[in-house]
Amino acid sequence: MTPQTPQEPVLVIEDLAVQYRTPTGVVDAVRTVSLRIERGEKVAIVGESGSGKSTTAHAVVQLLAPAARIARGSIRFGGIDLVHASRGELRAIRGRRIGLVPQDPTVSLNPVTRIGTQVAEVLVIHGLADRRTAAAAAVEALRRAGLPDPELHARQFPHELSGGMRQRVLIAIAIIAGPELIIADEPTSALDVTIQRQILDHIDELAAETGTSVLLITHDLGIAADRADRIIVMNQGVIVEEGTPAEVLGAPKHPYTQALIRAAPSLNALGDVERVLDRLPKETRVRVFGGRAGDPFTVRDRSKGPLATDPSGATDESPARTVLVAENLVKDFALPHGGGVAHAVANVSFAVPRGQTFALVGESGSGKTTTARLALRLDDVTSGRVLFDGRDVTDARGRELRDLRRRIQVVHQNPYASLNPRLSIRAIISDPLVAYGLGDRTERRTRAAELVDVVALPSSVLDRRPAELSGGQRQRVAIARALALNPELLVLDEPVSALDVSIQAQILGLLASLQDSLGLSYLFISHDLAVVRQIAHRVGVMRLGELVEVGDVGTVFADPQHEYTRALLDAIPGAGAPVVQPG
Amino acid sequence: MSRYIALRLLQAIGVLWAAYTVSFLVLYALPGDPARLLAGPDATDVTAAQLDTLRAQFGLDKPLVVQYIEHLGALLRGDLGTSLPTGRPVAELIGEAIPSTLQIAALGLLLAVLVGGGLALAATFTRHRGLGQLLLALPPIGVAVPGFWFALLLIQWFSFGIPLFPAVGNQGFASVVLPAITLALPTGATIAQLLSKSLVTTLREPYIDTAWAKGAGPGRVHLRHALRNAALPALTVTGLIVGQLLSGTVVTETVFSRPGLGRVTATAVAQQDIPVVQGIVLFAAAVFVVTNLLVDLVYPLLDPRIVIRKRRLPRVRVAATAGASR
Repeated sequence: MTPQTPQEPVLVIEDLAVQYRTPTGVVDAVRTVSLRIERGEKVAIVGESGSGKSTTAHAVVQLLAPAARIARGSIRFGGIDLVHASRGELRAIRGRRIGLVPQDPTVSLNPVTRIGTQVAEVLVIHGLADRRTAAAAAVEALRRAGLPDPELHARQFPHELSGGMRQRVLIAIAIIAGPELIIADEPTSALDVTIQRQILDHIDELAAETGTSVLLITHDLGIAADRADRIIVMNQGVIVEEGTPAEVLGAPKHPYTQALIRAAPSLNALGDVERVLDRLPKETRVRVFGGRAGDPFTVRDRSKGPLATDPSGATDESPARTVLVAENLVKDFALPHGGGVAHAVANVSFAVPRGQTFALVGESGSGKTTTARLALRLDDVTSGRVLFDGRDVTDARGRELRDLRRRIQVVHQNPYASLNPRLSIRAIISDPLVAYGLGDRTERRTRAAELVDVVALPSSVLDRRPAELSGGQRQRVAIARALALNPELLVLDEPVSALDVSIQAQILGLLASLQDSLGLSYLFISHDLAVVRQIAHRVGVMRLGELVEVGDVGTVFADPQHEYTRALLDAIPGAGAPVVQPG
Repeated sequence: MSRYIALRLLQAIGVLWAAYTVSFLVLYALPGDPARLLAGPDATDVTAAQLDTLRAQFGLDKPLVVQYIEHLGALLRGDLGTSLPTGRPVAELIGEAIPSTLQIAALGLLLAVLVGGGLALAATFTRHRGLGQLLLALPPIGVAVPGFWFALLLIQWFSFGIPLFPAVGNQGFASVVLPAITLALPTGATIAQLLSKSLVTTLREPYIDTAWAKGAGPGRVHLRHALRNAALPALTVTGLIVGQLLSGTVVTETVFSRPGLGRVTATAVAQQDIPVVQGIVLFAAAVFVVTNLLVDLVYPLLDPRIVIRKRRLPRVRVAATAGASR
């Protein structure tokens, strides 16, 4: 290890610029970034996708994509300029003096190599241990990374471990050689909120024990506020604001930081959110969803005005108040090797109030998506009953089921995967109309144009393909497609989890406005309590296939009855952040 | 596990039966009279009575169903029948041909794996973009080149140009080299194409970044991390590759005038020697089935994510293909 005085910073980045070559020309991913990390300091870079935060992190270890080029600047680490360092010098630093914790633990471990071997490999590469001592050191590193039963897991393969356990393995890989700097690139964005908290706590403890500096890359201001000594906010390749959490969150100077704080659901999770809804103009509403005479897209006259509900009647299970009722849903899956059955969903009952949002919250494996699929009749229940609009549809088949599908539509989590990349936006939106044989060509074209307008997209997108749209725009297209058939119930399966916070806020705003204007009912599936707090009227908390708590959102958040709900609420990052709402 | 193998063997017998039945029907549907061929190609003066005698002698006068059942019965007793023109047992003909074919097939497979795999690794390993592109352009050419033409080129260069290897015959190791190279060309090109594509995809996986971040050098990253993962999809097409080798022997052995399975096949087809052709179809099917069974048994050892399920047979296939397409 290079001798260093405590005063000397671990990392100094000066005037860094990184460009990407693309088919359409050169894109500046990082324009000008200068930052320093002191010994033992924890610095968080916060920004949305495209801000250049990950590119900055990868530039430090010189692991940029092949199309990227460092155009300017220097990255000094322990007396070496990493930008101009030879491959040999870089290899000696990577893993030994700089540890990297990657973003998605489920794909960041070699699937065909045992855990212990992968951890020990760092020591073998750097000649710090021979095969046998490396194996023992790997088990010790896994223990320090907080993996239970390290001896057992060291002999296992990655697919036998959960996502949180795999992230601990990656942390073990990052710390085993005792690095001076750990770069954690969105280390928990793929993990459940309770696991996220444990992992981040653990990184904090390890860094504190060893005096290691940490560069944390995150999109979540709440996490940065909880964890970092210093926050750096990046936007479009430039640092827009820098300071302690109190400075940045308490008195943000830059308009972008202010907007980011406003949009961040986690920071607002425990406060009230005043949302100004842009309601659809009445004229649009009547024209697109009004069911005027001769409109081929309307199945029936809506029996109720859009706002003819009141929350107090939400428990009333009459069809006038409740659009969907699930009674004692059970779904069993047979286990392999004749190991009996697993209860994916165990005795779950809830009701989706008409014109309102019912949210199912839970972590991965809690059965929330399976429950939604049962309610949608995409899967068959083992036992229980599903009532839609007062009718028992549990055993609906054929024509009845097809009619039901028309009234319930779905918006999926990943707008990158749920739109056919070969079709134009117009064709995507018209698809449900074609499937149900509604309208003629011209009428469908008109309707697609109207729907694009309803979700606030310019009509120019109609002839484009999904790849030409941003994530937020794609999710709007998915919503427009779901609205095409004029449904009563939308099932929203994690509709904003794949999006940046500011885009999240826009999509949630659009959904709330559509609900308000059209009287739509939502079944909202999410792992994110902060998002649920913003959009839902009633919430059900799921854990291991059971619904542990149901109630009005305000009540559940203010006074959680079940300990699991309390644990989930406590795990929301940024709860203690000193936020002053600007404006 | 033993239950799984037993089921797979049952399945294999089904495949063999299907191959036998389909080839039987196809061969008998062909135009031409086996009896006339039996009498000899130049026998223009055979009488109808003589043909009838030949038909009776070889059972060709019986109804198709009866012939089929008789042949199947004989097959179950291990009797593949006798060659129509020569009267020699089919099993003996095939048995004699195997060693010579095995020599060129084995060397051909070895060359194909080494050169094809090496090419794929070199193409992804090089830092020189142009060189990588050039190397990646070679396999499609290798697949496209006709085997007989390539064989003639080899003879032209390495038998007549520089007299390194004999042009014909099967005397000694030297006579194996050129036929093996001919066989290896399309097979090696297929392997190179599959593996290089698979390597390019694998090298973009996040766990490769993890390996770089550990400080691993390019050799370790390619050989220890990328190659093993990239080779798994290629392994699933081993059956196809073996089939390609077998069918390649027909052209190769004809051009190099070597005895072997390919020659036997070519002769038997030309003479409409139905028992021999069926024997070869059965043999090829058996090789194919055994190869695939071996691949399926070896796969879980190389990819820990694949587990052979004891109870439900189809699941294994699904799991194996899922692993391959990943």
